[in-house]
Amino acid sequence: MFKDKACIVGIGETPFCRKPGSGLSEMGIQLKAAVAALEDAGLKAAQIDGILPFPNVGKAEAFAASLGCENLRFAATLHMGGAAPVGSLRMAAMAVTSGAADYVMVPGGWNGYSGARVRETAANDVDSIPGGEIARDFYMPFGLTAPPQWYALMARRHMHEYGTTAEQFGAVALAMRKHAQLNPAALMHGKPLTMADYLASPYIASPYRLLDCCVETDGAAAFIVTTVERARDLRQKPVYIMGAAAGQPYPADEITNRADFHRTGLTNAAPEAFRMAGVSPADADFAQIYDCFTFEVIQQLEEAGFCRRGEGGAFVENGGIELGGRLPVNTHGGLLSQAHVLGISHVVEAVRQLRGEAGARQVADAEIGVVTGWGDFGDGSIAVLRR
Amino acid sequence: MSQNAISYDKPQPSLTGLHGEFYAWCRDRELRFQRCKGCGRHRHVPRDICAHCSSMEWEWARSSGRGTVFTWTEVVRALHPAFAAVTPYAPVVVEMEEGVRLLSRVVDCTPDELQIGMPVEVDFEKVSDAITLPVFRRAAR
Ligand SMILES: [Zn+2]
Repeated sequence: MFKDKACIVGIGETPFCRKPGSGLSEMGIQLKAAVAALEDAGLKAAQIDGILPFPNVGKAEAFAASLGCENLRFAATLHMGGAAPVGSLRMAAMAVTSGAADYVMVPGGWNGYSGARVRETAANDVDSIPGGEIARDFYMPFGLTAPPQWYALMARRHMHEYGTTAEQFGAVALAMRKHAQLNPAALMHGKPLTMADYLASPYIASPYRLLDCCVETDGAAAFIVTTVERARDLRQKPVYIMGAAAGQPYPADEITNRADFHRTGLTNAAPEAFRMAGVSPADADFAQIYDCFTFEVIQQLEEAGFCRRGEGGAFVENGGIELGGRLPVNTHGGLLSQAHVLGISHVVEAVRQLRGEAGARQVADAEIGVVTGWGDFGDGSIAVLRR
Repeated sequence: MSQNAISYDKPQPSLTGLHGEFYAWCRDRELRFQRCKGCGRHRHVPRDICAHCSSMEWEWARSSGRGTVFTWTEVVRALHPAFAAVTPYAPVVVEMEEGVRLLSRVVDCTPDELQIGMPVEVDFEKVSDAITLPVFRRAAR
């Protein structure tokens, strides 16, 4: 139990871009974000003794060697896809409170636009096939080859069981886009969106249209976790980790044979995180919800307990998740309209909000915020943070 | 969608281990799932052990071949180059009478005609000498 004993003391982010690309390697762009996080915290690289990199975009050994972390003693990678950054936030809190490390860096980023893009995936090596051997042998031969198609199966079923509508998916896309208009760093800044635009966008994998999908991006972000005691000597006011948890759906390695088709890793993780934090979802002033696709926001709002199962569609309508609504979600614009930086930017934005540094998109008097991650076949992670 | 919608240039399953045994039955035009000898439950995808009773005793039990459409997605923009020429197509999750679900396609209707709950029955599509895929057709019922 690490409630209020660990905190986030540094954040860093690179600019986000598409054409022509970052001009940096995937390691290089992450190092740029890591250095920004060190500067933000007022730490030297040599003080970092724990590194938890995102899967498949760089090893801890390479980060340590590049940055000059001479005493790396805690390193791991959580294989949870987009749930990894918030899962790593939790693991970092465990590490610093147990003494396994003093200062843990969680970096992540990629050339998601100019590098190997998801829409061009034709992996032959099973380790690089999204979903691994089961996907290779039982999904890919039938043309189910990529995450939007996997999650579309869930979205369709939710529409069938609960009457969730395309317009409710659209409300998520519009909310993210609206927030991006208040964030000059967002890729979709200056590009407002209407429901008519949303409904006119072509299907990619029904019920997902183009505008249900996140923006492929070149970019990186990083954050640093330490103990509350060590934070006293650092530059920033700490953002406290009240509670955090991670979970897996069942079965986690196969998407079609779940007794409860809507139960995800977050369903298990959220009660644990809120119990540790000693607060309820209603106490959150905002939430940064991993939004690879619009429906995943609706689904996670339900599974995290912000509303009941089947009520997520109504929850996001009528400005419910916009600034000024009952729960502002993804105040930076999210993966859908800021940038897809593997979910780390959701942590960065939560820290900005709790420091009161979010500028035009600041949630007034934000005290408690929730961040989630979602990845692979429905892995989930969640953290409850406070200023 | 035609029988030719998937040809040899598409991703193919490996034919090793239990996955290979599943597809070996398909090559004989039989859909079989593992049935646990401990508790009698069917399972899919193939696994070494029963997650309900921990029994490692099982047999390949022939499926009735009947099921219903559980969910699907219509792929309009391919996200794998081998499928770019066959869009739109619809991967479908079929819920079988035995209680297991599997990912496949319904080959005798367009994506527009799919409905959750639609009865379907298994058929087989030979894509190479080594590989036959289990696919589905609309069933009366
Ligand atoms: Zn059994």
